[in-house]
Amino acid sequence: MSSGEPLLKVQDLGMDFGGLKAVRGLDLEVRAGEIVALIGPNGAGKTTFFNCLTGIYPPSAGEIVLNRPGQPPRRLNGLKPNRITECGLARTFQNIRLFPEMTVIENVMIGCHCRHRAGILGAILRPSAVRREERIIVEGSYRILAELGLAELADLAAKNLPYGLQRYLEIGRALATEPVILLLDEPAAGLNITETAALDACILRLREQRGLAIVLIEHDMRLVMRLSDRIYVMDHGELIASGAPAEIRANPAVIAAYLGEDDAA
Amino acid sequence: MTYFLELFFSGLTRGSIYALIALGYTMVYGSIGLINFAHGEIYMIGAFTALIAASVLSGWGLNPVLVLVLSALAAMIWAAAYGVTVERIAYRPLRQAPRLSPLISAIGMSMVLQNFVLLAQTPDFVPFPSLIPKFAFLAPYRDILGSSGLVILVTTAVAMLLLIFLIKGTKLGCAMRAVAQDKEMALLLGIDVDRVISATFAIGSVLAGLGGVLIASHIGQINFAIGFLAGIKAFTAAVLGGVGSVPGAVLGGLILGWTESFATGYVSSDYEDVFAFVLLVLILIFRPSGLLGRRVNRKV
Repeated sequence: MSSGEPLLKVQDLGMDFGGLKAVRGLDLEVRAGEIVALIGPNGAGKTTFFNCLTGIYPPSAGEIVLNRPGQPPRRLNGLKPNRITECGLARTFQNIRLFPEMTVIENVMIGCHCRHRAGILGAILRPSAVRREERIIVEGSYRILAELGLAELADLAAKNLPYGLQRYLEIGRALATEPVILLLDEPAAGLNITETAALDACILRLREQRGLAIVLIEHDMRLVMRLSDRIYVMDHGELIASGAPAEIRANPAVIAAYLGEDDAA
Repeated sequence: MTYFLELFFSGLTRGSIYALIALGYTMVYGSIGLINFAHGEIYMIGAFTALIAASVLSGWGLNPVLVLVLSALAAMIWAAAYGVTVERIAYRPLRQAPRLSPLISAIGMSMVLQNFVLLAQTPDFVPFPSLIPKFAFLAPYRDILGSSGLVILVTTAVAMLLLIFLIKGTKLGCAMRAVAQDKEMALLLGIDVDRVISATFAIGSVLAGLGGVLIASHIGQINFAIGFLAGIKAFTAAVLGGVGSVPGAVLGGLILGWTESFATGYVSSDYEDVFAFVLLVLILIFRPSGLLGRRVNRKV
């Protein structure tokens, strides 16, 4: 991958809940266009890490710095979630969190909001600039749906989409915020083998076409090994290993902590 | 038959005002789960703002219709300013607090506003100028529907259509629905949730302010306490329709208006409020989520 400063640099990150240290001393880097997987047993602190990155929890210690090319470095810890999204991080959830009562296209349009600003007066008085902006949002949202094969379902209520497609819609909504880094929390959970293969192709296509860096939390080892450029392994809130897929597969500490418990993996 | 129609239209007029105020309750409840007990006071402040604006503007010798329109605008803007400020100082700091705290804060805010107007204005009823012209074409139907009644019906209908368009058809409305469904997710998608909540309060308050002007011109007098009963009635309407549901607020308002009107007309005007609140009790017993409210099965 490209040299120079990494796109995202996490240093010595810590997150305590009272006495419980959910994440300790975590160092992690993501470079532009890279697919990075974060694996580890349940309760290892992977989702907590995502919550720190996206501002849901303010980290108790450490630094999170985003280095977008051509922009000054931006310290993300302490920012509110909506600011972090504006900086270019977007995520999906392990348990899908769409707006169930809204239509498919509206779910995507919501994601576009942070890139287009029109105040309350604009919404009511609707000068032509506001109308033009809304048209751009609608067109952009349809493009994203088309990219994910959801265009024909645009007017369906999100809750009526089949489960597998809800995953794609969640990805589409995240894309609508125009991220540079996409965080996927167990995207393959609940998908069958065919669907997982399609997801593979989709993730690779997102990297190719949009130049996205992707951070992936996933339990499906085949998917992780196939897609990732690098893998970080967490256990009990700490990093126990990191490296290329082949190194991770051979790492005894990882096998003991994680793979060893499940031969099928 | 004439008598029935008279009661029907008086119930419709009254009901549309209840609906206008109930919309503010229901929208705020939908977005932050709070019953905003100060909402009736916003309505009262709208009426007073219109009175002050109308006195000043009439003094300049403007045409009464123009005076009415301008003072209604002033009332709506000023009511919105109050609504947003109340949210900012009394509810936003308590967003993470237990549910009871903002509720108590709301009741406190209601008292503050009532007593503020009591001190700043007067404890007595003050006359509100009659600014609505008498429409000649309504003269044959005078017993059924008066000019002010017609103005109320048309204005509330237009306001509600605009609101539906705002919620269904604009970016802001889209954000409001998203915030109502999942605040944390909305935040993660880059929506400034605080701003959207402020906008929700502003819109609800504009509607309440408009209701204040309309009722003041209809009845012809106002005082500092009119917000209390109107607030409770509109709250009843919101619960009747299903609090949180926008069409529910309108339906609830109309049903309440008709109940009161027919009860007054066919039974006795002394029992007007009794019927309204008996209706509330019955709804709470047999359909606690309201007529159009969704039965809540929320994941915890």
